Amino acid sequence: MTDEALLSLVAGADEQALAELYDRFGRVAYGLALRILRDEALAQDAVQEAFLAIWRSADRFLAERAKASTWILTLVHRRTVDLVRREDLRRGEPLEAAPEPAAPERVEDEAALGYERRLVQEALRQLPPEQREALELGYYGGLTQTELAERLGQPLGTIKSRMFTGLSRLRDLLAQAGLEQSLH
Amino acid sequence: MPDDAHSLVAPYALDALDEEESHAFEQHLAVCERCREDLAGLREAAASLAYGADGPAPPAALKERILEQARAERPNIVPLQRRRRWAAPLGAAAAIAAAVALGFGVWSATRPGTNDAFTSVLAKQGAKLVPMGDRGAVAVAPDGSAAIALTVPPAPSGKTYEAWVIEGGTPKPAGVFDGNTGMTVVDIERSVPPGAVVAVTVEAAGGVDQPTQKPMAATGTI
Repeated sequence: MTDEALLSLVAGADEQALAELYDRFGRVAYGLALRILRDEALAQDAVQEAFLAIWRSADRFLAERAKASTWILTLVHRRTVDLVRREDLRRGEPLEAAPEPAAPERVEDEAALGYERRLVQEALRQLPPEQREALELGYYGGLTQTELAERLGQPLGTIKSRMFTGLSRLRDLLAQAGLEQSLH
Repeated sequence: MPDDAHSLVAPYALDALDEEESHAFEQHLAVCERCREDLAGLREAAASLAYGADGPAPPAALKERILEQARAERPNIVPLQRRRRWAAPLGAAAAIAAAVALGFGVWSATRPGTNDAFTSVLAKQGAKLVPMGDRGAVAVAPDGSAAIALTVPPAPSGKTYEAWVIEGGTPKPAGVFDGNTGMTVVDIERSVPPGAVVAVTVEAAGGVDQPTQKPMAATGTI
């Protein structure tokens, strides 16, 4: 079943579909949240909030022309960044994170995840370093363009330009890689 | 500002704008086809970056907590009554108003294919539903577009209903409409920013520049 079809089942309040959606995207969502928040408990909160938001608003996806995975991961990223900016004030406090057993991976999901990860990491490597830096600090750091400009000592216009060029180039590289893959 | 706005599309796709900049860009997006197209492509690339973050699997308990909470908040989808006398959109608005009136915290949008102003606003990402007394609700989207769904009888002869957007205590006219037996959907003819209030008064036919009556229905602060 496509992600889009699954999301449309979720829109119909199908819990089984939500569980399946979590199996497909939960791990990448958690990895992203953990990278941005650097805190297991907060990362779990972010993922929980995001999936509940998906549960409540999956029907709105029907109205948009985007891939389901883009919609889902955009939502996860947005929520996580909001959280990291809110929590920034409380960075100093240690948080209890009792070790819990990790969920067993489904073999096909693990393989797919590894493939996607290599694809993206390879594409990022091909970007000029200042563009890669702008994307990484912006996307994984949760920094605003203004904070980035300050941190790097660059004019705001330069940061915007690096983000635009970097992201456009990334889009092209991924499209190319995807095309190559489908030809094999 | 127009040129500046286009340059925000990449930072926006990366969620690298602050709240104010984000809001301003969303207003721009509503009227810029080029930016909407650019954003779609850039967002897809940005979403791929999620895969670049390597990490451990989440604990098994997280999945359970999510499913439990979802079960508890099961959205209430009010079945649509497609009545022949009214255009289908009114059925959608009625379903929404019923959900609001019955106090459901979670509301679920209607089926694709309905295209009244109210459903269109709610279809936008980030849109929210704000109750308006006990007769209906206002849908507001981050780009400022908004619509009312309200149950009111036809206005008395020589009178009309008028919608207002009240910002900083100043009411601005936002369209006139008549009531109906059933649900009325009203497109709000001006932008509704956060902090505003939407209200409805009964006025002389044709509408007036400033309300002469106390509102017969109003939202809280948007």
